[in-house]
Amino acid sequence: MTDQPTQQLDEGALRGFGRDLIPRVLASLVRRGEDFDAAEDALQEALLEALRVWPEHPPRDPRAWLTTVATRRLVDARRSEAARQRREETEYAEPRPAATEEGDDTLFLFFCCCHPDLAPACQVALTLRAVGGLTTREIADAFYVPEATMAQRISRAKRALQGRRLDQPGDLAVVLRVLYLVYTAGHAGRVDLAGEAIRLARQLTLATEEPEARGLLALMLLNHARMPARLDPEGRIVTLDRQDRGLWDTREIAEGVRVLQSALAMQTEAWRPGRYQVEAAIAALHDDAASAEETDWPQILAWYDDLVALTEDPVRQDPAAVLGRAVAVGHVLGAAAGLRETDRLREVIGERHRWHAVRGHLHELEGDLPTAASAYAEAARRATNVAERDHLVRQAARTRAADLTGRRHGQRYPR
Amino acid sequence: MPKYLLLKRYRGGPEPHHAFPPMDEWATEDVEAHIAFQRHVIELLEENGQYAGAEALTPARTWVRYGGPDAAPVTTDGPHPETSDLIAGWFMIDVESRERALELAAYVSSEPGPRGEPLYEWIDVREVMSEAPSDD
Repeated sequence: MTDQPTQQLDEGALRGFGRDLIPRVLASLVRRGEDFDAAEDALQEALLEALRVWPEHPPRDPRAWLTTVATRRLVDARRSEAARQRREETEYAEPRPAATEEGDDTLFLFFCCCHPDLAPACQVALTLRAVGGLTTREIADAFYVPEATMAQRISRAKRALQGRRLDQPGDLAVVLRVLYLVYTAGHAGRVDLAGEAIRLARQLTLATEEPEARGLLALMLLNHARMPARLDPEGRIVTLDRQDRGLWDTREIAEGVRVLQSALAMQTEAWRPGRYQVEAAIAALHDDAASAEETDWPQILAWYDDLVALTEDPVRQDPAAVLGRAVAVGHVLGAAAGLRETDRLREVIGERHRWHAVRGHLHELEGDLPTAASAYAEAARRATNVAERDHLVRQAARTRAADLTGRRHGQRYPR
Repeated sequence: MPKYLLLKRYRGGPEPHHAFPPMDEWATEDVEAHIAFQRHVIELLEENGQYAGAEALTPARTWVRYGGPDAAPVTTDGPHPETSDLIAGWFMIDVESRERALELAAYVSSEPGPRGEPLYEWIDVREVMSEAPSDD
């Protein structure tokens, strides 16, 4: 990695002069037929040049400046290939058509990075790099892999895009899924990927009218609002029912609700809200409750009914939705009914820690503490995340202790 | 500086110093103290400039081997899943000497268990082979 210092210099500086500018310039280069890989290299060089020149001679139109310099770099790169020289020169002698609207460019770049032929991990990495302007180091840190591994993943992804026609409209559903992956990765990571995902989703909503894009942005905002209460000062997980609601970000909740309402306003008889809007509606109902006791479980259950109705065989196709619905059933119709719902899932996700954790919650709800403790302990054994494992061990120990205290006093302790 | 792996086990290893129940049967304050100690070890190693990594493994294990040409990989849970050695995780440390590695391993082993008593857990200390040839 001999070019390390240069790379750090330009990547660090990206932030300084407009992360929003870079994807637009890159998009316009790729859109007119440049190779994705070559275009990104050329843009990196143009940024280095900008670092040198701009302090003394700030450009009138930074975007046009970067596009021109990157284009010149691309021409230079091609000139060295003697065989192509003549063709390239005539091509670049032509004046370029004016750039299309910014929204189009952002969307176009999203579609390139989330090309369906790329593996999800590559889509995520490329989106963060090319649209988000994150450095390779930051992306590597966020996913706990060595920087060289992430650099390789990104360059393989860029190479995979070579020769692909990038002028087709892309798959918005893939873009939404990639952004949601980025968001959820942010819950565990050292880098603020959740904030980055929100920024990108906001850009996306400016580029497309699709209500699901707004649904996704709303879902992220409404969940992100609770982040400050999700861990205590010792880093321990605090479940929703025990969180200090005063720590929730009311500004983010208000924005999430507004975005969600604008998406839901577009629904018709024939066009029902998609899964992100439905999940956002559920998150909004949780955010809306001043205390856990005031949670509007019947409404939440109604939205879960909509969520599981989105797939033909929800138990197999969307077990997470069925599991979430089981909790709502437990709160509306009683723990026993909720447990019966989870029975349907045993075959599909009975091996997963989350299934056992939900069973523990429902057993605790019905006051059967020994069974709840066993379920939490089983969930802990199956957890794949240290914070969650520790949390589940605590839940098991807490319910066992409550059971012993209760028996000593000759009474049961339903929570 | 040599690197050492301090391995912790779910089971296997020498005869335990004393028997203790699974953690979910401990008093809640003992659970808290135990978890806090693990975090403290990492902080301590970081402060000392000795931390090189730490990972925890889930207890589920699958053995896999090549199935032969045109055959699927062969898998098994193992011959004696209840008695075989099972690694739970490790600390990777970068220290000046083997003595320092043993001291740190002994400290890791002093982690609190039920009633705050040390667990006296056996720690498996393994030196990592270095990449570079030595000077001599």
